[in-house]
Amino acid sequence: MYRSLFPRDVFAELDRLQRELQQAIEFSPSIRGIGRGGFPALNVGGTPQSVEIYAFAPGLDPAAVEVNLERGVLSIAGERQGALPAREEKTTVHINERFAGRFRRVVSLPDDIDPNTVTADYRDGVLHISVKRRESAQPRRISIQ
Amino acid sequence: MSDHTAVTQETPASRPEATLLPPVDVIEDSTGITLYVDLPGVSKDTLGLHVEADTLTIEGRLSLAVPEGMEASHAEVSLPGYRRVFTLSRELDADKVSAEFNQGLLTLRIPKAEHAQPRKIAINIA
Repeated sequence: MYRSLFPRDVFAELDRLQRELQQAIEFSPSIRGIGRGGFPALNVGGTPQSVEIYAFAPGLDPAAVEVNLERGVLSIAGERQGALPAREEKTTVHINERFAGRFRRVVSLPDDIDPNTVTADYRDGVLHISVKRRESAQPRRISIQ
Repeated sequence: MSDHTAVTQETPASRPEATLLPPVDVIEDSTGITLYVDLPGVSKDTLGLHVEADTLTIEGRLSLAVPEGMEASHAEVSLPGYRRVFTLSRELDADKVSAEFNQGLLTLRIPKAEHAQPRKIAINIA
C-alpha cells in the first residue's frame, strides 16, 4: 500500500511489521490504518508553547502542496511528479526507488492547539508546520496570596 | 601511559555512524546517466559529493531548525544523516559530473566518455 521513504531501513521495516501485527491482534484498530510509513515521512514533536510537524517531502512545488487543519486533524496532500521518462524514449531505468504520485498524510493534533496560529514553511525539501498551543493551556505558576 | 588510554578511547568514535539510505532513481540514455537522489533536510553546505577512482559517494547531514526544548513524540527520520555509495563503470566520465541541488532533490548527470569518437593521431617525425 505504501512505499517507505527509505529503502532497506531495517528498523523502519521491523517497526512496520510490529505495528501490522499489533493491528491484526487489536479489536478496534484505527480507521486510518497504520499511522506510519509512506510519503512524506513525518517527525512530530512538541514544546510547551507549540506543536511542530516536519514532513520530509523533497523536490516539490510548494504551491502544489495542500495543508489543511480541520477539527484538530492536520492533513498534508499533494502530488510529486516522477522522474521516469516517457515510454517511447530510448532510456533504461536501472533503479526506481523514489516516490511518485499523489500522497496524503494525516496527523491528529492535541486538543490544546490554537487553529488560528498555524505557520508552514518549506526549506531544503522539508515542510515545517508549527501550531501554537492555546494561551490558556500553557503551564503557569500560580502565586500564593 | 596517558597517551595510550586516549588512543584506545578514540577508537569507538571513529567507527562509521549509522546513516539513512536515500532513495534514488537511476536512468540511463545514450549519452549518460541521470541520478535523482532524495535528501530532504540537507542544505547545500552539508551536502558532500565525492568521486574517488570509480566510486561515487553521496553524503548529507540533516540540518533542521528545531525550536529549543522540543521533545520528539514521533520520528520516522531518526538518524542524523544520509550516505550512499555507487560504483561507476568505466565508460562513464567521472570528471564531467554535473550536479544540481534544489529543495532536497539532488540531480546528478554523469556523461559517457567519448571513447567512440574518432580521433586523429598526430605522427611526430624526429
